Amino acid sequence: MPFLTLSHIQKSFGGTRALTDANLSLHAGQVTALIGENGAGKSTLVKILSGVHQPDAGEIQLEGQAVRIDHPEHARELGISVVHQESVVFDNLSVAENMFVGDRPRERGWVSWRTMRQRAAEVLKQLDATFDPDAPAGSLSIAQKHVIQIARGLTRRARVLIMDEPTASLAHREVEELFGLTRKLSAAGCSVLFISHKFEEVFDIANRYSVFRDGASVGEGELAASSRDELIRLMVGRPVEQLFPKTPPELGEPLMRVEHLSRTGEFQDISFDVRRGEILGIYGLVGAGRTELAQVLFGLESADSGSIEVCGRRVAVKSVQEAVREGIAYVPEDRQTQGAILPFSIASNLALPNLTALAPRGWWSAQRETQLADEWVETLKVKTANTATVVQDLSGGNQQKVVIAKWLARKPKILILDEPTKGIDVGAKRAVHAVMDQFVHRGCAVIMISSDLPEILGMSDRILVMRRGRVRALFTREEATSEAVIRAATDA
Amino acid sequence: MNAARWLRWESMLAAVLIVEFVFFASTSPYFLDVWTLSDASFNFTERAIVALPLALLIIAGEIDISVAAIMALASVAMGLAAAHGVDTPALVAIGMGTGLVAGAINGALVTIGRVPSIVATIGTMTLFRGGAYAVLGDRVLKEYPASFAVFGQGYAFGPISLELLTFGLLAIAFALVLHYTRWGRAIFAIGANPIASRCSGIAVDRYKFVLFSITGLFSGLAAVMLTSRLGSTRPSIAQGWELEIISMVILGGVSVWGGKGTILGVVLAAIVLGLVNFGLGLLNIPGIVMSIIVGALLITVVAIPAIAERWPQARLRKTS
Repeated sequence: MPFLTLSHIQKSFGGTRALTDANLSLHAGQVTALIGENGAGKSTLVKILSGVHQPDAGEIQLEGQAVRIDHPEHARELGISVVHQESVVFDNLSVAENMFVGDRPRERGWVSWRTMRQRAAEVLKQLDATFDPDAPAGSLSIAQKHVIQIARGLTRRARVLIMDEPTASLAHREVEELFGLTRKLSAAGCSVLFISHKFEEVFDIANRYSVFRDGASVGEGELAASSRDELIRLMVGRPVEQLFPKTPPELGEPLMRVEHLSRTGEFQDISFDVRRGEILGIYGLVGAGRTELAQVLFGLESADSGSIEVCGRRVAVKSVQEAVREGIAYVPEDRQTQGAILPFSIASNLALPNLTALAPRGWWSAQRETQLADEWVETLKVKTANTATVVQDLSGGNQQKVVIAKWLARKPKILILDEPTKGIDVGAKRAVHAVMDQFVHRGCAVIMISSDLPEILGMSDRILVMRRGRVRALFTREEATSEAVIRAATDA
Repeated sequence: MNAARWLRWESMLAAVLIVEFVFFASTSPYFLDVWTLSDASFNFTERAIVALPLALLIIAGEIDISVAAIMALASVAMGLAAAHGVDTPALVAIGMGTGLVAGAINGALVTIGRVPSIVATIGTMTLFRGGAYAVLGDRVLKEYPASFAVFGQGYAFGPISLELLTFGLLAIAFALVLHYTRWGRAIFAIGANPIASRCSGIAVDRYKFVLFSITGLFSGLAAVMLTSRLGSTRPSIAQGWELEIISMVILGGVSVWGGKGTILGVVLAAIVLGLVNFGLGLLNIPGIVMSIIVGALLITVVAIPAIAERWPQARLRKTS
């Protein structure tokens, strides 16, 4: 018998139906992977399980008993704990305080610090954690903060552990450690719900899967008896013939040449070129200096030494305006704070880099703004009723399309994309890749920074690997293998 | 939905204005006289002229606390120049020039020095005001040429004072710039998200520098008018006005978080506050009570929409 069962859960927000018929069963000692595109209802399901939202209809059963999860604290009392994607940890409190937040051990009404520290130390030891319960949480890495969240669950008897994309910002080794911990908890009888976009991880850690599409469950079963293609087919509801829509390049002369570029403390002696029609992938671990390099190329920061040439002419990109004038565009990694203005409409966001083009004499025309937006929403197939929709209300994939569209509308020669498909669903990912392919076929160039190895291997014509601020290797598409690229990117 | 919300804000201000009119007209027989109302306009025109550029600055996510101190500095500069026999056009240039330079200093501190604007302008506020006191001490400068009086005391036509006309024209100009040009679009974008704006190729620092400078420039213009109207300069001139000017902007519906606001709202708020001051004066209510009423009004109008906004939307907020 499953430990926790959700049957026919429905949930709407205003007019939006987030869940139409959600079913899920979690078994003790098993890791169940929850898979689905963005907007499939995974986050809503997590919020219902953790007591943040109440379902409109349907039933939740815990050990065969129907339960109502009233609020997050109630969920914790029932033994359900959640590790969120972005660590929900108070940086200014100690590790122990974080673990007992909202539920401090008391003695006659006073907080008993001694008991709290003792119990925290016990739980941390159980998790093989190497950090001190008195350490300020702010001094820990993201991976360690995930451990705090798990530990928070273990201060009660955690029977259900929900992990919502926990690996999004973790390095390879940290993922391994997190998985080791997960296996240990699962072996001790805990039911784990694991949510991830990464199929490698799903097959690595989970025993069972449950696939969601458009707010409803469309399939579940044993992972051992299924394949990656089958899961993708369930997720998108259509067969995915070819994962990367890349066509053979038509290479021209170099568009951008970077020589001996350095910025103290961030990257040193970077040299490369990108040709017309080429996608140059830049791979490396977090902290390799890739984003910092992109920011210098786009004029957000300045280089200490070295030179940048565009179309054979040396340029000084001292500001974003100069970079844009040279035909350079940059889609930042963090689309929520750097890429888009979330409370603005799609049309207003698209207008941002194109203010002068839309209003050459200064006078603003809402009509021209809408026209431009309609055109690009159509071209990139942004899923929205109209261009007056606020970007905040779009799914991650559609937000990213808007950010890319605003730059394509500026007609750049060189497009720098920083983690262009991070956290977006399979369908949108494919669309972004197709846009890149079409873009370079117009005689332009793409510099794509990515930590997604299949993406780097599948989309790049050449791959530049960075490690600790330096270029470690440059592979052609033919030479590149996952092993070779990873070896160059890590110290191993 | 946003446009509707702000439209509602302005209709609310208009309603407050009507209530004020009816109240004062029914309590004081002198209120509904063209010349009384013309006199009343002097209660807000000088402050409102500063509120216009300050609204742009606050929409862009910055603030300038030093506006009244800039006025004092500009007034002292004009007073000293006048004492040396400088003629009227040059006095105006000196007043506005002083404002422009002071505003540019604020702009440089924020954009080049990276000092948060609230800290930078609290600093310059004490600096400029202190400068005015240091130069003048307890002296009064009043050797202004006769022709200088026209800016604060002259009438354009009928009961419309030169100050009111200037304010009206400036309000139209600022509304056009903010709501109907690409520069206005950039100002809203910068206030809503300066990082995304910068990443979109908008020259965020340049905009901010220019907005600080313009705020200084119009503080200088307001100093010309106030000094001309009073006919004298004391270092305490326009003391405490910064709060009244900021109150106008916020009452006008400009978001203190940046990114939102209209010039129409600021104009309405300026008239509302000006009439409150004038009307209560007409009813012989002491100044201290007046400031209590203005304070209460400000808290109420700022708190009500903040609470109203949170109430229904918290449930509707989408989280899929």
